[in-house]
Amino acid sequence: MSVSHEAEPGADQAVDPGVDPGADRAQYGMAALLLILGAYTIYDATTLKVGFADPVGPRVFPYVIGVVMIALGILLGLATARGDRGEPEEGEDVDLTARPDMVTVLKLVGILVFNIATIEFLGWAITGAILFAGCAWALGSRTLLRDIVIGVLLSVGSWYFFYSGLDIPLSPGILDGIL
Amino acid sequence: MDSLELLWGGLEAAFTPTNLMYAAIGVFLGTFVGVLPGIGPAMAVALLLPVTNGMEPTQAFIMFAGIYYGGMYGGSTTSILLNTPGESASVMTAIEGNKMAKNGRAAQALATAAIGSFVAGTIGTMCVVFFAPAMAEVAVKVGAPSYFAMMLLAVVLVTSVLGSSKLRGFIGLFLGLTIGLVGLDLSTGQPRLDFGNDLLAGRIDVVVVAVGIFALGEALWVAAHLRSRPLTIIPVGQPFMGREDWARSWKPWLRGTALGFPFGAVPAGGAETPTFLSYLLERRLAKNKDEFGHGAIEGVAGPEAANNASAAGTFVPLLALGLPVTATATIMLAAMQGFGIQPGPQLMESEPDLVWTLLASLLIGNTLLLVLNLPLAPLWAKLLQTPRPYLYSGILFFASLGAYTVNQQPFDLFLLLLFGLLGFAIRRFGIPVLPLILGVILGPLMEVKLREALALSDGAVSGLFNEPLAVIIYVIIALALFVPIVLQRVRGEPDTPTREREKAMEDR
Repeated sequence: MSVSHEAEPGADQAVDPGVDPGADRAQYGMAALLLILGAYTIYDATTLKVGFADPVGPRVFPYVIGVVMIALGILLGLATARGDRGEPEEGEDVDLTARPDMVTVLKLVGILVFNIATIEFLGWAITGAILFAGCAWALGSRTLLRDIVIGVLLSVGSWYFFYSGLDIPLSPGILDGIL
Repeated sequence: MDSLELLWGGLEAAFTPTNLMYAAIGVFLGTFVGVLPGIGPAMAVALLLPVTNGMEPTQAFIMFAGIYYGGMYGGSTTSILLNTPGESASVMTAIEGNKMAKNGRAAQALATAAIGSFVAGTIGTMCVVFFAPAMAEVAVKVGAPSYFAMMLLAVVLVTSVLGSSKLRGFIGLFLGLTIGLVGLDLSTGQPRLDFGNDLLAGRIDVVVVAVGIFALGEALWVAAHLRSRPLTIIPVGQPFMGREDWARSWKPWLRGTALGFPFGAVPAGGAETPTFLSYLLERRLAKNKDEFGHGAIEGVAGPEAANNASAAGTFVPLLALGLPVTATATIMLAAMQGFGIQPGPQLMESEPDLVWTLLASLLIGNTLLLVLNLPLAPLWAKLLQTPRPYLYSGILFFASLGAYTVNQQPFDLFLLLLFGLLGFAIRRFGIPVLPLILGVILGPLMEVKLREALALSDGAVSGLFNEPLAVIIYVIIALALFVPIVLQRVRGEPDTPTREREKAMEDR
């Protein structure tokens, strides 16, 4: 198109030009996940019974999906071996030039797991507050007391909003009768 | 002029104080959440879905209409005031908008975006009022084979036309289709992919999938790549436009609307292409071409109108066919299903009150947006300074809250985490989100229609081709899949919008 400006040759190829990053090893993991999901989908479909009045039955769709998933897994594996890599998603707060900080992600996952494990026993008013303050801490906030206060306001506030506003009782947990 | 009468009825129904209040709350919440960096319209709608749990469908949809346009507008505010656009639809707005803001013309950039959105949204919604019923009238007569073909067309176009890697598009789609399989088979009642778990056999709630992929996935992804020093925000006063700004804006608004609506209405949707085309068109038509790249108001007015007109356009396939073509529309469809409303060609006949009140509230929401947001812009700009730990903890908090309120099951929170990790992985490997979420929603519908079509033909594959419309659609699908490949071979260099857009981005 005549209106478009000339781009530098090769400028639209990689994030940091000049460095050959080689194969994206982690992408083999994604390919393996696709293979496993596809294979399991096919296996699961074989356990289904086909009805009489239903010429297609519940198996065909999973068979097709499973087979294509396996094919996509193989294609992704081959593409990875040839050095093909995906463009990681950008965003307002995303800085792709630095190494990914997986420690923070693991901390967040840990906090989310803690919430899952304790929400019924402790109740949302407590775990929600811990969730907020914990995540803020994991993301680098160092004002613990303020974070906890905000967390408590949010969790207790949301509990009452759903309880009295929408008639949805969230898990009260050990605070049952107090809230 | 039947449509106008029905719309008038819808307006009358929507114009009660309670409904207006819901519309205003929706617009406010939508803009609030949409302005926050890292939250696009799709995530805004997904996060706010649980709030409508206890409501009547009509009121819930009035609120949704507000959230939808509010979220869209909030997103463009963010991209004008911060240098990086949050989503592909605001990329073109960000190019000139941010340059304008840096030159001290942030107020004019925000004003032309807001008024342009209003003009485009209003014209676009009026077009929906006229096109959707006509389309639905045709679509009601369409049988299962053609309906299946249409859904196939939607997923194939969304998967292969948009985005830079077809392989990754299809990976996204099939991951979504696999998720859509989980649970009881709709016709034989046998559980599939349930891992022996009763809660899975009861089918996964779409809210959990959407919030997991959009909100949790995004928050985890940003957490891994959080900028050490936040972007600089440009302060802004009251948005306003001078006489010259008006003179330069109104034509781009109309041209942008004309480009945006058709792209939204066909199942190759998405605002990426029309916003890009609008930008190119305005650059070509501009009297002073040198100003482009340095903050030309036409470059904000055109793409922003195109963006909103295409958002309105997506309501045509959504209401007339039950086919969503953008991530946000997909979540709206999920919301309809959550209220026990089955979208599809029958929707306009079976739920006329709902449809017309929704369309009327789109017009009302759009007007409220203008009224609320011009004075509130300085406040919204302050929101951009939210400390990032609080912003992303807040997203994780509300995502968990939203998923938990669906059934009050801790297991849903576990699924949320699982989909959050999947959302992280697809962002890491550049797999697009839209085909995935479309697969989750449309997969089960496609299976139903496929089995319906083949049951009629007693299992013979020819049953899929026995309607002329279906055959035509399969030809279009084949062309959409193979023409780009052939063109690429012939021309050597692919000339896709994505590539062009990258070039335009480099010009900055």
